[in-house]
Parts: sequence; C-alpha cells; structure tokens
Amino acid sequence: MTWVNAVIQGLLLGGQYALIACGLSLTFGVMRIVNLAHGDLAVCGAYLGLVLSTALGVPVWITLPLLLPAAFAAGVLLQVTLFGRALRHGVLAPVLVTFGLSVMIENLLQEAATSDPRGLNGGALALASFRIGSQITVSWLFMTAFLTACAVLSGLQLLLSRTSWGRQVRATADDLDTARLVGIRVRPLFATVAGIAVATAALAGVFIGTIGTFDPYQGTNVLIFAFEAVVIGGLGSLWGTLVGGMALGVTQVVVGQVNEAYAVLAVHLLFLAVLAVRPNGLFASHQAASQQLGALG
Amino acid sequence: MKPAATQAKGAEQPGEYTVSRWSRTATGFTALAALVVVFLAAIPYTLGGPAEQPLITLLTFVAMASLWNLLAGFSGLTSFGQQAYIGLGAYALYLVAAHGVNPIAGIGPAAVIAAVISLPVSLLVLRLSGGYFAVATLVVAAVFEIVATLSPSVGGTTGVSVPGLAGYTPVLREALIYWATLVVAVASVAGVYLLVRRTFGLDARAAGSDPVAAASLGVRVGRSRRLAYLVAAGGAGAVGAVIALQTLYVEPTSVFNVQYSVYMLFMVLVGGMGTIEGPVIGALVLFGLQEALSSYGAWYLVIVGGLAVVCTLVASKGLWGLVSDRFGWSLLPVGYRVRGRIIEGGTQRKA
Amino acid sequence: MTTLLEVTGLEVFYGDFQALFGVSLSVAQGGATALVGANGAGKTTLLRAIAGAQPAARGSISYRDQNLTTAPPYQRIAQGIALVPEGRKLFPSLTVEENIQVGAAAAASKQWPLDRIYETFPMIARRRGQRASTLSGGEQQAVAIARALAAAPTLLLLDEISLGLAPLIVEALYQTLAELRQAGTTLVIVEQDLRRAMDSCDDLVCLLEGRVALAAPVPALTRDQVVAAYFGETATSGETAT
Repeated sequence: MTWVNAVIQGLLLGGQYALIACGLSLTFGVMRIVNLAHGDLAVCGAYLGLVLSTALGVPVWITLPLLLPAAFAAGVLLQVTLFGRALRHGVLAPVLVTFGLSVMIENLLQEAATSDPRGLNGGALALASFRIGSQITVSWLFMTAFLTACAVLSGLQLLLSRTSWGRQVRATADDLDTARLVGIRVRPLFATVAGIAVATAALAGVFIGTIGTFDPYQGTNVLIFAFEAVVIGGLGSLWGTLVGGMALGVTQVVVGQVNEAYAVLAVHLLFLAVLAVRPNGLFASHQAASQQLGALG
Repeated sequence: MKPAATQAKGAEQPGEYTVSRWSRTATGFTALAALVVVFLAAIPYTLGGPAEQPLITLLTFVAMASLWNLLAGFSGLTSFGQQAYIGLGAYALYLVAAHGVNPIAGIGPAAVIAAVISLPVSLLVLRLSGGYFAVATLVVAAVFEIVATLSPSVGGTTGVSVPGLAGYTPVLREALIYWATLVVAVASVAGVYLLVRRTFGLDARAAGSDPVAAASLGVRVGRSRRLAYLVAAGGAGAVGAVIALQTLYVEPTSVFNVQYSVYMLFMVLVGGMGTIEGPVIGALVLFGLQEALSSYGAWYLVIVGGLAVVCTLVASKGLWGLVSDRFGWSLLPVGYRVRGRIIEGGTQRKA
Repeated sequence: MTTLLEVTGLEVFYGDFQALFGVSLSVAQGGATALVGANGAGKTTLLRAIAGAQPAARGSISYRDQNLTTAPPYQRIAQGIALVPEGRKLFPSLTVEENIQVGAAAAASKQWPLDRIYETFPMIARRRGQRASTLSGGEQQAVAIARALAAAPTLLLLDEISLGLAPLIVEALYQTLAELRQAGTTLVIVEQDLRRAMDSCDDLVCLLEGRVALAAPVPALTRDQVVAAYFGETATSGETAT
C-alpha cells in the first residue's frame, strides 16, 4: 500500500472512531457521565447484528431497522434503571456503575457466545472497492462507514441546533439546575440522549464487526479509542471528535505500515502527547473543558 | 486533648467536652488485630502448606483493596489502571532477580520503581478527573502492557520466569513467599491507615469530595492527589512483585489484566469505601465468592460486577458501612469524636 | 381580593443546615409583594422553594387552591408560577432567542409569544441571534425576565434583578414590571433597594435568619420599621441605621 493510500484509509478510519465517540461525547456533555460500558455496548450491537442477520439470512445492513430501535430502547432502559439512579448517588457513582456494567456485559457475552472472534455478513459491500487513479484503492466499506459517520454527526448537529429538543438538551448541558427551573423535563431528556448514544454505539459496532472481527472483551479497547478521539478533538465539540478520530486513524494506519505491532502503541502515545501539551484538545468548547479538567495544581 | 468547659452555642447548659481520636473499642480491636497478625505469621509453623495457599490469595486481596481504597475511597480518584503498576512491579522484580538479587529482597525495589515511574505518569493523568481520569488510567495500563509485549528482554508476549528461588526447599520457599505477602498486606493496611489519620487524610477527603472548595481553603489539592497516586502505585508494585513470586512467571496478559481492577472495585464497594475496615471485609467476601463460584467460568465475574453495581446504588457505604452505622463502631478510627458531659446542678450526665 | 399564593409553615434544609423556619406568607392576585432581608436571610431559598427548585421539609405551598408542595418545577410553571433566578442564570451557549424559547418549555398558555416579548423588551430584540453570554448586564437581566415571561406566568417571582446594574437600566426594568402588573401579572420581588421596593410594591415581607420578621402592607410601614426588622432590632429600640 502506498503512503497516500495509507493516509486516506486512516482518514476514513477516523470516521468510524468518530461514530463510536459521538455517543460518548453526548452522554458526557449532557449528563456528565463517562459511560465506561460504551465500547461494550458497541460490541453488543455487533453481536445483535450477528444474531439478526444469521436468523434472517441477510447482510447485516438489512437488520438495521430492527437493530437501531432496539439499541435505542436499551439505552433508555439503562438510563432509567442504572445511570439515572447512579447520578443521584454522587459524582463517583456513575463511573463505578458503568465499569461494573462493562464487566457484566463482557462476561455475559463470553458465556453466551464464547471468546471466538466473529465477523458480520456485510454482503457485497464488504468486498467492493474503487480506484482513484492508479495508486489509490478505497474500500467501499470504509467509505460508507466514513459517510455514515458524517451523516450521523450532521444529523446530531441539526437536531441540537434546530429543534426544540436540541435547545433543551443544550440548555441542560449548560446548567442542569436552571434547566429544571425553567420547566425542562430532565428525566425524559436524559433518556432520549442515552437512547441516541447507545444507538450510535450499536451502529458503530456493526461497522466494526463488518470491517474486522469482534469478541466479548473488545469493548474496553473500543472505549479507549473512542475516548482518545474525544479528548484529542476537544471536549464538547462533535466535529472535533471527527478530527480526533482522523488523527487516531491516520496514526494507526501509517505506523502500521512501518510496523504492525507498534500501531496501537503509537495511537496511545499520541493521546498522551496531546494530553501533555494541549489538554483541552484541538477544538474544546471552553466551558466543557474547564468542567472536566481538574487542573488544581 | 484537654477537656474544656465551654458554652456550646445554642446549648442551654455548660458542659465539658473532650475531643478524642481513639476509643475503647479501637484499643481492643488493635490489640486483637496485632494478635491476628502474630497468629498469621506463625501459620507456616502451625498449619503449614495447605493453609498458606488460600491465605496468600486472601492477603493479596487485602493489600489490593486497601490501596485502591486510598485512591478511590479517600481521594476520589477512580483508577481502573492499577494493574499497570502491578505488572510493572512484577517485571521489576524479575529484572532485580535477574541481576542476582535475592527475589524476596526485590519486593522493596520493585515498589520503589513502580512509585518512581508513577510520578511522570501522574503529571499526565491527574490533569483529568472523574470518568475521564478513569479511562486515562486504562490507557496507561494498555501502554505498559504493549511495551512489555514489545520488549524481547523481558520475554515479549511469552513472558519470563522468575529466577533466584531455586536454592530454597519448596517448604521454605512457600513460607518465605507467604511471609512476604503477609508483610505487604499488613504494610498496606497499616500504611494507608497511618497516612489517612494525618492531615493528608483530611486533605485527601476534602479534595475528593469538592476540589474547588478544598483549594479555596488552602488544601494543596494537587499535592495530596499526587501523594495518594504515588503511594498507591508503589503499593501496587509491591503487590505485583509478590504475585510474581507466587506464580514464578511473569507474562503480560496476566500481570496487566484489568481483572485486578475489577476485584479492587468489588472489594472496596462491597466492603465499604472510605473506611479502613471496609476493604478487609471486601477482601474476605471476594475470597469467599471466588471459592464458591470458581467452577462457573465467566458467570463469576458477572456476579462480581453485578454486586458492585448493586452496592453502589443500594448500599453505598458497603457492608462495613451498614454495620458501623447501626452500631457506631469504628475499629480503626480515622476521624475525631466529641464526647461530652453535661453538668447539671452538681450531677454529671454523660452526653 | 383572591389569594393567589399561600405559603404555610415552610421549612427548608440544605443538608443539616436549616434555612427557613416555619415561613408563612400569602400573595393576593394582582398585587406586588416586596421580599427584603439581609444576605443569607432566606429570600432566595424561599423563592426557589415556591418555584419548586428546592424541596420543602415541612409546610405547604398552595397556588390557586392547588396544593403544589411536592410538585416538580415543570408542573408549577404549567400552573402559572415562573422564577427569574438570582444571578440571571442564562444558558451561556444559547442565543437570546433560544434562551427565551426554552423558557416556554412548560408554558402555562400561549399568551406570551415571542413577538409580544420582543415588544415588551425592545432592547433585546435587536440581539436575538447573539449568544447570551455576550450581552451586557442589563440586557442579560432583560433576557432572564423575558425567559420567565415566555412561560406565560400569572405569578412572576424576581430575585434581585437590580444587582450590578446601572440605575437607569434598573429604572427601565421596573417600568416594564409596572406594565406587567397592569397586564394582570402578580409579582413577588426580592429587592435590596428599600426605597424602590416600597415604591413599587403593595406589601412588604422582611425575612431575618430564615424567619418572617415583618409582614404588612406598605402604606402601614415606615422605613425605620423596615430597617429595624431587617437588622433584627426591636421596633421600639429607636435606633436608625444609616
């Protein structure tokens, strides 16, 4: 593969990372919860896609109209039963609860599906590619993942800026106490946000499962990559997450060209470097960043 | 502290109040604890091998739980990456032993190495807090693990075996490892206790619950967090060294396994966050669970995770919290009690 | 005159700290009540408790004969109570218009559409697309009131709206409040400026350390009496504070 090819593939890979990351970013921005089970929920999406596409005998894309609403419902359920209650038990509780949830999900998947790596049936799309010029080959799957990520981000951005719901979400993210005071019903709002977060995670999981393989314990790595994309891009910025994701993707693919074993390490080191030099990330909204970073000496 | 005759605001009677840290229960318990430690130390001479193995597991749990409690329970630092330092301590022990030092004596250096390396790491990760800090610690652990797998000098993905113990008879070797584990466990519990009793303890708890308010009162928030992180890292290094001695083999996926963090979370949550007694109880519970559920495969961890979740939501002070709230016990007190007597007309009534 | 709001024996705690001790007050329809008192007396706590942002440990709050004591804020807004909070508390990342629109989330009626609000506050109409955090203090205060108005309240609670504002701006705001009164809105105003409070309101309630120290119609009160209650001196002490 040429370097140009590698860079392009890395940029497109960034779309996938952004897709996983946007749900994480949304939950944190609105509810101040870092959902440590987010990556595992993405992997659950992949497993659900496997079950549905095997049962129906179709490529996994056809199952999305069933899969996405189910994921949304799961998010609402989790919010109502777990995350909402955790918020009432102090600042540390959501972190502890979501980590515990992550452990439960990973091991339940292990019991249900064994640790064999799986792949999803991507149909014809998974195999197709197109050429630009003589040097560059782009897989349609990567391109679709990237375009889907852009579409989802745009959709979220529109929802947030143009709808009444979006206004209420942004107001709640700014100031929860005052939002309640002016009559915003915060509980249903949180439930819909959680639903969207899990639905986007599941969608990302489907892409992960089609492009590569997945297994029960992959969720933690997925979480880490999503988190790194958010931090590099800057807390509070959806499109920043895309840039963060692309930085990760390019690093991973380009370093992987040189030495496969060092690819993931390079990504983590990039994250640590950004944390050291520009802890606010590249596009942070000042408010969100200062809320999270406890730089008190 | 001397008693003072004071008119407490709003009280209708003058009284004598003493402020004390200790109580009879605490004295009694400390004496009992000392006896237990002596008893445990004598195990190799009394019950011998069959008792040593399970106790080694239990004592390792106790050490891990106490140290994680220092981080999360007292300082509000929810780290899920302590396995970074457990693994680091294990590898450090190997390196020390490979250079000819007696492995048992290598535990101390391993702990120091872990603490030293945790300092630059702390400069990065302590910029974050809450959930973001938690994920950053996962990243650090991932980095350490990858570095180990990429280092042929420590065996890469296959790992290495710990040299230097061949000269001992199996019985003596097991006893030495047992005693080493006991020392690390006692040092962890006692160390955390002594640390928390001092100003550091108040500082850490204030900073853990409201950093801004604490800072405005002059608490060096950054410093107390860093100290907690370093001590916890050093302690984890010692635990890692002891684990390396127990298994005599150091391999990346097992010493850097996130499962250690799952255990720590469970023990501290179920036992009781922010108390000294809690983690010990949590260790006992985890030990019991492990014995009971060992044949159930991954269900064991599902239950461990599930109980941790339930405890956070339902019994946030853990088992010890339930007991101490009910009976007012504090076996290893870290706070202060006010005991007063209200003097009325010549007779004295205990408040 | 019908009683619109009836607060009886209200007790509010922040953890172990008691902020209100058995506070009772009643507000008649169409009236304007001034709520005065030193810092920490409990004025903000009382208004927040009426609006539903602060739970009451004991006592009751009844509005138009409906018991709202345990109702969450959105229900109280739907019944017609709206609060302009201390410090304005605008949503900084939202524009002026969005802030106002959000205020209508649980609106009691459609009586106050955006057009009518902009007519009442022409100074902010020009800035409708700007982020709320970029406005001047006076404009922000106007937006905060506008946001509460968007809920079409029959009872408007205002917490220290003159804080940090130039006298001319405050004058303009009170002018608007007088217009609102004429349109039929009942007001409860927390105000540090005693003269303004007594000039613009019919009734005065003075809080001292969480208790009602004085409650009477304004015409029946002298300034000295109010000052005495404010500082906790007995009325017969004869001491006037400067």
